[in-house]
Amino acid sequence: MSGPSTYEPKSGFTKWLDARLPVVRLAVDSFVDFPTPKNLNYWWAFGAILAVCLVIQIVTGIVLAMHYVANTSMAFDSVERIMRDIEFGWLIRNIHATGASMFFLAVYVHMFRGMYYGSYKAPREVLWILGVVLYALMMATAFMGYVLPWGQMSFHGAGVITNILGAIPLVGPTIKTYLMGGPAIGDPTLNRFYSLHYLLPFVIAGVVILHIWALHVPGNGNPTGVSVKDVKKDTVPFHPYYTVKDGFAIVVFLIVFAVFVFYYPNALGHADNSIEANPLVTPAHIVPEWYLLPFYAILRAITFDIGPISAKLIGVLAMFGSILVLFVLPWLDTSKVRSMRYRPFAQQLFVVFVLACIGLGFCGANNPEDLVFKFREDKLAVSYTSTDGKATTQIFDDFNQARALQTSLPPTAGASLEISASGFKWAWLSQILTAFYFLYFLFILPVLGVIEKPKPRPASIADSVRKRHPGDKKPAASVGAAPQAAE
Amino acid sequence: MSEPGSNATAADGAHAGETRRDFIHIAAATVTAGGVAAVAWPFIQQLAPAADTRALSSAEIDISKVPEGGEIRVLIGGLPFFIRHRTAAEIQEARNVNIETLRDKQTDDERLRPNLQGVLNPTILVTSGVCTHLGCVPVGPSQGTVGEFGGWFCPCHGSQYDTSGRIRKGPAPANLAVPNYTYVSDTTIKITL
Repeated sequence: MSGPSTYEPKSGFTKWLDARLPVVRLAVDSFVDFPTPKNLNYWWAFGAILAVCLVIQIVTGIVLAMHYVANTSMAFDSVERIMRDIEFGWLIRNIHATGASMFFLAVYVHMFRGMYYGSYKAPREVLWILGVVLYALMMATAFMGYVLPWGQMSFHGAGVITNILGAIPLVGPTIKTYLMGGPAIGDPTLNRFYSLHYLLPFVIAGVVILHIWALHVPGNGNPTGVSVKDVKKDTVPFHPYYTVKDGFAIVVFLIVFAVFVFYYPNALGHADNSIEANPLVTPAHIVPEWYLLPFYAILRAITFDIGPISAKLIGVLAMFGSILVLFVLPWLDTSKVRSMRYRPFAQQLFVVFVLACIGLGFCGANNPEDLVFKFREDKLAVSYTSTDGKATTQIFDDFNQARALQTSLPPTAGASLEISASGFKWAWLSQILTAFYFLYFLFILPVLGVIEKPKPRPASIADSVRKRHPGDKKPAASVGAAPQAAE
Repeated sequence: MSEPGSNATAADGAHAGETRRDFIHIAAATVTAGGVAAVAWPFIQQLAPAADTRALSSAEIDISKVPEGGEIRVLIGGLPFFIRHRTAAEIQEARNVNIETLRDKQTDDERLRPNLQGVLNPTILVTSGVCTHLGCVPVGPSQGTVGEFGGWFCPCHGSQYDTSGRIRKGPAPANLAVPNYTYVSDTTIKITL
């Protein structure tokens, strides 16, 4: 939390500099003396982890840009050259490609943490909105980066995304044409994506500065959601307490990162992207990278028209809506209690929400017509046109009976014998989970905040810490009975 | 002194004031420095010539196609080289020079390489095409200008080379370098960077 600066320059030079450019003061106030709630758990380390991810992506990206060629006839080969001929090119590219996945893994944990502990609530709404802006920028950057290797998934994935934008009413086709720079994805598209893929990380870095600024005005939230009341009792300086805690979390995170880079560099990618782009052949099973799968599932979940609005447009609106709804989350959640630790129903529904998001990821990865599970054993179906002209299907357990019916029918009936599977389709699961996703934001959070009776909150952060570690010094002060302000 | 683990009260006066925390600081800084170095290495090494670039660092050249009195110029890995077929007069001129008057003392024979029979072939002179002054490419028979000494003339700062590629006049400090090359047949040489 920003307050009067406690930095005092000691040497002659730092005094001289402080009067002219107080950059040391800014650094000390922001990352050394900054008062931080003493009860932050490891979920709070993901902010620092994300900063590390951004630096890793920018550094490895600058190196890759030295060797990559943005031209449709050379892009794929230049990536192969990076993998085979450039000194340590394999390492740097694997770090960059894995880094994108690790970046999203960390951002999802960071976002879920914010949602569980109510980090978006007053006075941190702008902080949250900047976070959603960062997330949107990350998705745009990742998408354009995925196009650059010019593999089959790059090319046809880019085709799907540009067509999604083309589905927007009125302006869509124009946006699509301006994005592609031609009638189809080609050299102009690749060059502008490369340019923007280089630019956007620095835009992200700029918004990160605003994000940290917005964080440092009210200060960190904390697992209790109770605001800092006494800086001396409730907080500790950022350094060394959280530099060390974040540092440890970063090291553990980098170990997981390194396992992927060195042992499973292709596990998070798709084999089809190792085939050079061919505009004449779309891969049989086209999916985005794992971190975009839930949105892909929402897009495909809408298979029905509503009145004059086509399923395609509703799917696109649902997909964009699923991200846009995050911007207004601070006003959708009506509860005055920040932390779900003290909201028993919200806590359980939050777990369901996280599982729904993961479930949507699986829905996005699977073919909508495939079955999640079967209702019964597969049987045989004979389909034919009956004598009165109706399409008819009969189900059989036994092959001989089915075959007998098929052969007994006249050739004009066009009888066919097929396997009849009956089960729960991925498409249906996507529809249920999509419905829950929107229900959670648009109904559960607004209503639950009004009707739920929260558990008593600790009187202060210091109190909550004392309660968790009994036997340390003073007994806990009176807890929770008094009416509390928004927290 | 009151810090946990302090050795301040230990009898061993040489370690007075040292704490376990000092050890942690030194150990952490050391590991960090090691990690930074290990990460920095690939990020610096990636700037080095790549495997495919290194693979293009030699070339075989057919010297039988060079016309007498003329030269051909080849690029190997982007670097220019001169292969000159000297006339008898040019060879004689190169041999008649008093070595002691030269800035970079080398006989003509020292600037040649033996062919497959182990004999120096004075008709073919192979030199680098990079002026030893500041790296320009001197003009020569292929541009119709050979300079005051019949060899090459550098247009940038006026260095003059003779028919053996030796510096005779101007700012360049050394003779045109003789590259690493060998005869692979009577009519083919292989130049390696």
